[in-house]
Amino acid sequence: MTNLVNEKGIRLDGRRLDEMRKIVARAGVLKRADGSGYFEFGNTKAIAGVYGPRPIPKFLEEEERSVLNVIYYMAPFSTKERAPPGPTRRSREISLVIKRALESIIFLEEFPRTTIDVYIEIIQADASTRCAAINAAAIALADAGIPMRDLVSSVSVGKIDGKIALDIAGKEDEEGEADMPVVYFPRRKEITLLQMDGIMTKEEFQQALKLALKGCEIVYKAQTEALRKKYEEIELDSLVQEIDNQIN
Amino acid sequence: MEKNENSKKEVENDYEKALERAKARRLVLPGEELGYGIAGSGTYIEKGIVVSKILGLADERNGTKFVIPLSGVYNPKRGDGVIGIIKDIVSSKWLVDINSPYLATLSLSDALNEFIDLTKEDLTKYYDINDVIFTKVLNVSRNKLVTLTMKEKRCRKLYGGTIIKVTPSKVPRIIGRKGSMVELIKEKTGCQIVVGQNGLIWIKGENKRLATEAILKIENYAHKVGLTDKIKEFLDAMLAKAEKRKEERLKEEEQGLDIDITIEMEEEKQI
Repeated sequence: MTNLVNEKGIRLDGRRLDEMRKIVARAGVLKRADGSGYFEFGNTKAIAGVYGPRPIPKFLEEEERSVLNVIYYMAPFSTKERAPPGPTRRSREISLVIKRALESIIFLEEFPRTTIDVYIEIIQADASTRCAAINAAAIALADAGIPMRDLVSSVSVGKIDGKIALDIAGKEDEEGEADMPVVYFPRRKEITLLQMDGIMTKEEFQQALKLALKGCEIVYKAQTEALRKKYEEIELDSLVQEIDNQIN
Repeated sequence: MEKNENSKKEVENDYEKALERAKARRLVLPGEELGYGIAGSGTYIEKGIVVSKILGLADERNGTKFVIPLSGVYNPKRGDGVIGIIKDIVSSKWLVDINSPYLATLSLSDALNEFIDLTKEDLTKYYDINDVIFTKVLNVSRNKLVTLTMKEKRCRKLYGGTIIKVTPSKVPRIIGRKGSMVELIKEKTGCQIVVGQNGLIWIKGENKRLATEAILKIENYAHKVGLTDKIKEFLDAMLAKAEKRKEERLKEEEQGLDIDITIEMEEEKQI
């Protein structure tokens, strides 16, 4: 077994223990969806599309609120070995977990008798896919103009070689001692989702949570920047240019 | 003359004020704090502070803070003039698609003034499925049952034409201040245009392609300053271009005719 962390506290991919992978966030990547988002943690890549609020069959509707429908799906080519297409037990569970995490931030009561559909596709998986999925979904929801209390940000923390590390990746996920995805609601400083695999002591858990919240702040910044970029980029200058091109 | 100049100045002042207002607006994201005040549309209050709940442009009027959305579906409001498409007819009412998540109902008494004997008459005589109407929202109940009326000003059936879809939040920009933008497009292209608050726009006329292009441009650049002038420039240039092309085509046709005639003459000579 190789060491996941060396004596200097450097991990396999050259990161420090409290360092995150490279983040890429984008808004409005799908033209056909009402809102869309893309989120990347190093080699983990997620794309989310939001449709609605739109009508729902009568037997599924709720009189007082909109029904949030989340589908998390892993592309067959996303993993090292090809995964058979179609929903699995795991993907169904994660869909439900993400739905719970997002429900608490959306004003569902504003659109009674409708549904909001969130489709998340993992196009490349390298640990913490549910975190990337939630981050992409939050961007997509804001892009779709759905009323929300705030964006949610998510990051995973874990214990590798007895040390607490931020943003677990690849081998660390497979061979590490613990893995804990956290979804954070920055405005209220609340946690909307917390799961854990493995064993940690109380002190380690507290340390891990602290680290996770620090990571979530970084993710939140990336998400807001992505949304701002989409809507601020459209300058009038580009309209002038477009008109000029069309005339000549 | 003086009066004219004065009114001109007023218009300019108005324009500058609008410019300043538009520049003061800033892009906000859900969860962004707007400070203390009264919570208007697109906001909520948490611990006494007004917070934005949608992505949009923050603005303030008389202490009320509100956010103008930049995306999202149409949420029907009482008194909105909308364009609807008849989707179904049930016993004594029509079901109308108004580009929102909710189907609206237009009941018989809100649609017609005369008495109708339902046992003898067919409702499709008045509005058939897939007919397009301009109608007003009479009421929206708490659980979003939308009723429409045809008994108000400007409500009518729209014959022919094309419907285009834009983001509902950008409709005010397409209409412009006191209808300036839509009047400009109507004037330049000579099209009939009806704009619904729900983001459906009905266009009829020869130049509807150009009108559509202009409207989609406005939609893409809706929250930018000085748009009216740019659109005017665009329409003028495109119209001039079309005119030029037309002239060229006419010329070509004339030349073509000349050639035909000469050939005929030659043929005659041969005979």
